Amino acid sequence: MDHILVAKNVSKTYGNYTALSNISLEIPKNCIYGLLGPNGAGKTSFIRIINQITHQDAGEIFFNGERLSPKHISQIGYLPEERGLYKSMKVGEQALYLAQLKGLSKHDAKEKLKFWFERLNIGDWWNKKIQELSKGMAQKIQFIVTVLHEPKLLIFDEPFSGFDPINANIIKDEILKLKEQGTSIIFSTHRMESVEELCEYIALIHKSEKILDGKLADIKNAYKDNIFDVGLQVEENGEALMKSLADKFNILSSNLDRQDRQLDFKVQLPSSHTGDILRELSTMGNLYRFDETIPSANDIFIQTVNNKENGK
Amino acid sequence: MANKLGLIIRREYLAKVRNRSFIVMTILSPLLIVGMILLIAYLAKINDNETRVISILNESQFFNQEFKPSKSLTFVQLDNLTLEQAKDSTNALEYYGLLHIPEGDTVEEVARATYLFTKDNPNSSVTQKLESIFQRQLRQDRLKKLGVSSDQFSSVEAPFEINLATFDGERSIKGINEIKAFIGGGFGYAIMMFIIIYGGFVMRSVIEEKTSRIIEVIISSVKPFQLMLGKIIGNSLAGLTQFTIWIISASVLLSLVVMILGIDLSALSGDTNMPAGPMGGMSQLAPMDSDMMMYTKEILDIPWGILVISFFIYFVLGYLIYSSIYAAIGAAVDNETDTQQFIFPIIMPLMLAIYVGFFSVFSNPHGPIAVGFSLFPLTSPIVMLMRLPGGIGEGGVPLWQFLLSIFLLIVTFLGIVTLAAKIYRVGILMYGKKPTYKELVKWLRY
Repeated sequence: MDHILVAKNVSKTYGNYTALSNISLEIPKNCIYGLLGPNGAGKTSFIRIINQITHQDAGEIFFNGERLSPKHISQIGYLPEERGLYKSMKVGEQALYLAQLKGLSKHDAKEKLKFWFERLNIGDWWNKKIQELSKGMAQKIQFIVTVLHEPKLLIFDEPFSGFDPINANIIKDEILKLKEQGTSIIFSTHRMESVEELCEYIALIHKSEKILDGKLADIKNAYKDNIFDVGLQVEENGEALMKSLADKFNILSSNLDRQDRQLDFKVQLPSSHTGDILRELSTMGNLYRFDETIPSANDIFIQTVNNKENGK
Repeated sequence: MANKLGLIIRREYLAKVRNRSFIVMTILSPLLIVGMILLIAYLAKINDNETRVISILNESQFFNQEFKPSKSLTFVQLDNLTLEQAKDSTNALEYYGLLHIPEGDTVEEVARATYLFTKDNPNSSVTQKLESIFQRQLRQDRLKKLGVSSDQFSSVEAPFEINLATFDGERSIKGINEIKAFIGGGFGYAIMMFIIIYGGFVMRSVIEEKTSRIIEVIISSVKPFQLMLGKIIGNSLAGLTQFTIWIISASVLLSLVVMILGIDLSALSGDTNMPAGPMGGMSQLAPMDSDMMMYTKEILDIPWGILVISFFIYFVLGYLIYSSIYAAIGAAVDNETDTQQFIFPIIMPLMLAIYVGFFSVFSNPHGPIAVGFSLFPLTSPIVMLMRLPGGIGEGGVPLWQFLLSIFLLIVTFLGIVTLAAKIYRVGILMYGKKPTYKELVKWLRY
């Protein structure tokens, strides 16, 4: 598969502190990639290396098949976690300056800014100063400045922290549109649930090491335990039914509501084959729920960390 | 890349120049300076105009011709009054004081019994003047006893000044070294002020980028070093702009004021520009026209071209060195209050340069201390400028010292800017913690 970014054995230390050790990642083109891990795991260090703010001590990084070099800066858009704007500078002037620093000509920058300002309905802000705007307004401008030069790779560090729900949704939609247009996107966050639904690929970073990466769906498949959440409407004698089920299947927990005649239970199957139990259940009553319990990225992260630490 | 540096310089320059307090400072300062000069001129004039009157009750046969009126002191003879009456009339006429010279057989005896009565403690210039009159009379009297006539005494008393000349035979005059050093000192002092003020601008600009959290956005587009350099250059251009505006507007204002009010500027330069100390003796020199000519000639002979060009060279190099350090400090801290502990060590060499300059260059512009400090790169911009009014080459600063100091400044700049850039690069991404010197050293190795 074609990759926008490939990292091979990247390491970085600050004095005695190891920020990244031997990280290898492959980020496919035109997808949303989640770089997940707790605070201080090394995500931001890795992103700063991609942005060439700092340099790795060891290892190699390839951007679009070429070794990463300063000429790629204009093809990357980066919205850092610590983001801000010059308070006393006018919005338009400031956006123009930042766009020109990314290598756009003044004319192009103006045209594109106009387009984006119209699109996000902030056309009349051009001559305002940042200190006159609310935080949410400023974030829209930061977003525009990040994507303005139409980078091939967009990196968002803690993308939705500090956004109000309305703006967060607007920005989310814009990011999805950019992805449709062919942009590759990296989300880096410690709040895994906030980006889980958006990411196709993830990498879990823990204490400077990559502990897991791959396609999110594959990972979830690998980490699911064939546990199903079942709800059954029974006619009578729920206890007897439960007992006969427990003889045949591995019931993890159960609850019988006598009044409403509802039997809820969790069951773990030996394989992902569900035919047997479904046949059995259909003879017992009306099945109103049958869900596979899919672990969240958070669950997977905790499980992986635990496995790793127990394995030591 | 050069294009990006240009963009940064332009933004830094405009951000500084458009800043409201910068504009206010730029406009107000010349007004303040002109106002100060006018105030000093006015005060000097008042000082000049006050003439004190002393009444004299002379009951002796001596001191009849001695009290000659001068610009600041005139005398009124009171006759045939008692001491009490004389006191009363002196008070009634609001004279400054009453000098009572009692009866006596000898000058010595009379002088010992003489009293000066005043309302408050008398001004020291008045007592000095009176004392010198008595001293002269006493000396004449004692010499008379040794057989010296008053005519002989007068010829002995003729004032004497030593003739001065340089080795190549040109006549030189007293105090010119001090004047030269003072002019150089003015330039050196200006450099110190500029370094502290504009270095502070750079530092605050770095802190602003940190606190507004825009720094990481910017250094994902440009190298930290470019940003730092752009900041330093942009702010220095803003400084030079301000400087130029000041010089132009101050000179326009001053000449306007002089034209309108008709203030005599030469009176000013005589009294107010002379500091106490080595220059104190100057004002007592007889203002002979030929000497004034000599001074004017000497001052015109000061190599102004070299001085102005050197001012810019040393300002730029000194500013580059110090503002790199200021930028590093700005990057290391989160807010301005944390900068104090780091700023003191920067200001110290500057202060040292000023003090060394005033104490050692004034007395010996080419002595070992003056030479040493004018070569040491952290003090040379100031100290060398104090030596330069003597010119470069023969009689002035040897050419090799001039070139060596510039060379050392350039080398030091390259060294310091490299170190500063390392601290800057790490510091701008560090938040929430006030670093110690130890940590700064650690950052150098990242």
